[in-house]
Amino acid sequence: MGSMRILVIEDDPGVASFIIGGLRESGHTVDHCADGKDGQFLAGSGNYDALIIDRMLPGIDGLSIVKTLRAAGNTTPTLILSALGEVDDKVKGLRAGADDYIGKPFAFAELLARLEAIARRPVREGAETVTEVQVADLHVDLLSRAVHRAGKEIELQPREFRLLEYLMRNRDQVVTRTMLLENVWDYHFDPQTNVIDVHISRLRRKVDKDFDLPLIHTVRGAGYRLSESP
Amino acid sequence: MGIFGSSAMILVGYIYWETNGYLEQQTNATISAEIRGLTDLFRQPGGPGVEAVIRDRIARDPSRSTLYLLATADQRPVLGNLAAWPAGELDADGWYHFTQRDQNGQPIPFQGQVLQASEGQRLLVAKEQTTLIATRQLINRVYILTLAIGLLLALVGGIVMSSSVTRRVDAINRTSREIMAGRLQRRMPVRGINDEFDQLADNLNAMLDRIDSLIDSVRAVTDNIAHDLRTPLTRLRGRLENLALYPDISETVRNELNETITDADHLLATFRALLRIARIESGTHDEAWTDIDLGALLHDAWELYQAVGEEKEISVHLGTAGGHMRGDRDLIFQAVSNLLDNAIKYSPPGSEVRLEMSDEGDLLTIAVSDRGPGVPESERGKVLGRFYRTATVTGIPGSGLGLSLVNAIAHHHGGELILADNAPGLRVLLELPKTDLSGPAAVPDAGLTRKARQALPPPGESHG
Repeated sequence: MGSMRILVIEDDPGVASFIIGGLRESGHTVDHCADGKDGQFLAGSGNYDALIIDRMLPGIDGLSIVKTLRAAGNTTPTLILSALGEVDDKVKGLRAGADDYIGKPFAFAELLARLEAIARRPVREGAETVTEVQVADLHVDLLSRAVHRAGKEIELQPREFRLLEYLMRNRDQVVTRTMLLENVWDYHFDPQTNVIDVHISRLRRKVDKDFDLPLIHTVRGAGYRLSESP
Repeated sequence: MGIFGSSAMILVGYIYWETNGYLEQQTNATISAEIRGLTDLFRQPGGPGVEAVIRDRIARDPSRSTLYLLATADQRPVLGNLAAWPAGELDADGWYHFTQRDQNGQPIPFQGQVLQASEGQRLLVAKEQTTLIATRQLINRVYILTLAIGLLLALVGGIVMSSSVTRRVDAINRTSREIMAGRLQRRMPVRGINDEFDQLADNLNAMLDRIDSLIDSVRAVTDNIAHDLRTPLTRLRGRLENLALYPDISETVRNELNETITDADHLLATFRALLRIARIESGTHDEAWTDIDLGALLHDAWELYQAVGEEKEISVHLGTAGGHMRGDRDLIFQAVSNLLDNAIKYSPPGSEVRLEMSDEGDLLTIAVSDRGPGVPESERGKVLGRFYRTATVTGIPGSGLGLSLVNAIAHHHGGELILADNAPGLRVLLELPKTDLSGPAAVPDAGLTRKARQALPPPGESHG
C-alpha cells in the first residue's frame, strides 16, 4: 500500500499519538487535529487520502463532521473511531456516510487494515468488474468458481471459496478476523473462540499445504494476509 | 347490560303483578258486595223477597252487565235475565266462570258466585269481565312492550358503554405491552375529554416520561463509563503493542507482552459482553429487527462451527431446519454461536454435538445438545446468571458470560432459554416466538418472558 496522506481528528493525546506513531511507522504522512471544528475545516479543504475521526469530540459529534463533508460532495474515505462499539452505533456511523467504523479499544493492525481497505475502494470502483484473480500460481475464476494452483484443480466448499475470494480481493493487505466475519459470514457477532482460525487452517490445507510457496500468512496480533511474500 | 336488563324486567313484572292483582281484587270485591247486598235484602223479614229484588235489579240494568238466574236444585230456571243455567267452571276460590255470546256472536266472559237460596234454590249472580280482561290485555301489551324496549335499550346501552370501556382499557393494555416489549417511546392514548380514562392515561404517561428520563440518564452513564474505560484501555493496549514491537527486547519479554495483550483482550471482551447484555436487557435494541430465515441461519452457524468441532474430533450434526421468525439476526446468530461454542468446548473428543430445530405452532425451538459433563439440576438456574460456572468446568477457559448473553437475547425476543439433561450431557433449548411478517408491532408480548406472557389474557379476549 503506497504512502497516504491521512488526517487524524482525535482529542485524546494518548490515543492520537498511538495512532499517529503507528501510521507514520507504516510510511504514511499524518496530520493531527484535536479540535472538531478545526478538523472539519481541514478535512474539507485539505487533500487527504483518508480521514480518521473520533466520534466523541469536545463540542461536536464526529458523525456530524462526516455528514457535512458528504453533503458538500467530499468523498474522502473516512474511518470512525469510537468508544461506542455496538452494532447499532456502527450502523449509525455508516449511515452518516463513514466508510468503516472501529470500536475502542482496537488493535493497531485492525485500524491499519481497515484504513487501507477503505482507501483502496475508490480505485477498485473505477476498474471494470474483476472476473478472475491470480496470485503467484494460484488462479481463481470468480465466474465459474474454479480454483487452480500450479495447474491442479482444487475442490472448495462454497464457504471456503468465499473465504479465498475475500483474501484474494484484498491481496497483500492485512485482513482481520472481524473483517472476515463481517464479509465472508455476513454476521456481526463476537465469537467466544477463534473460529476463523480453524477455517483458515482448512483453507490452507487445501490451497497451501501441497505447494512450495505458502500464500496465506498469519499476521501476529492482527489477522491474515494472502500474498506472495510473507 | 345483564344487570340493567334484569332489573327492568323485575320492575315491570312487579308492576304487572300488582296491577293485575288489584284489578282482580276490585272485580271480586264488586261482585261480593253485590251478593252481600242481595243476601241482606233476602233475609230482611218483611222485605221484598228474593224474586222481587232480582226483578228490580234486572230492570235497573238493561245492558245485562250483571246476570241473575234463580234456578231450582236441578238447574231449571225460575227467574232471571239468563235463559238457562250456563255451563261453566268453578275455580279454586269458589268463583264460577262462564261465557255468553253477545248480539255479534262475540264471547263475553262472566265471573260470578252461586248462592244457596231458600227451598234448595240456587241463585247465580255474575258480572261480565270484559273490562277486566281488556285491561289485563292492555297491561300485558304494555308489559311486553316495556320489556322489549327496556331490553333493547339495555342491550344497546350496554354494548355502547361496555365496548367504549373495553376499547379504552384495551388501548391501555396494548400500549403497555408495546412498552414492555421495549418500544419505550410509546405513550397512552388520550381522548381529550378529561374523563377517568384520560386522567389514568395522563398519569401513566407522566410515569413513563419519568422512567424514560431515568433510562436516559442510566444510558448516559453507561455510555460515559464505556468511553471513560475504553479510552484508557485503548492506550494501555496500544502501549503494550508498541512495546512488543521494540527490536531490542528478548524473545521471552516479547512473548510475555503478547500474552499480556491477549489477557487485556480477554478483559475487554468480558467488558464488551457485559455492556451488551445490559443494553439488550434495557430494551434499546429493537431497530435492527428483520425477518430471519432460521433455516439459513442455523446452516451458517453449523457450517462455521462444524470445522471447529472437526479439529477436536467432535462431529456436529445439523437436523432439518426451516422456518421464519422476526428478530435481530445478529443477536440470534450470536446466541446460537455461543451455544455451539459451549457444546464443542465441553464435549469429549469423539462425541457428537447436535443442532436441531423444531416448529411447535407459535414457537420455534432451537436445541443444542452435547455429551459433556452437563449441568446439575440444582445449578441450572444459576448458570444463566453472569459469571457463574459449574464446578465441573474448571480448567476449561471461558468467561462465564456466554449463557448469560444467550439468556438476555432469548428474553429480548420474548422467548426462553431452558437447560435440560441430555442423559448424559447438556441439552439447551432456545425457545423463540414465531411471528407473522408484519413488523415488531405484531409481537405484542416480545420482551416479556413466557411466564409473564402466560399471565396476560390472550389478545382479543378482553372484549366484553
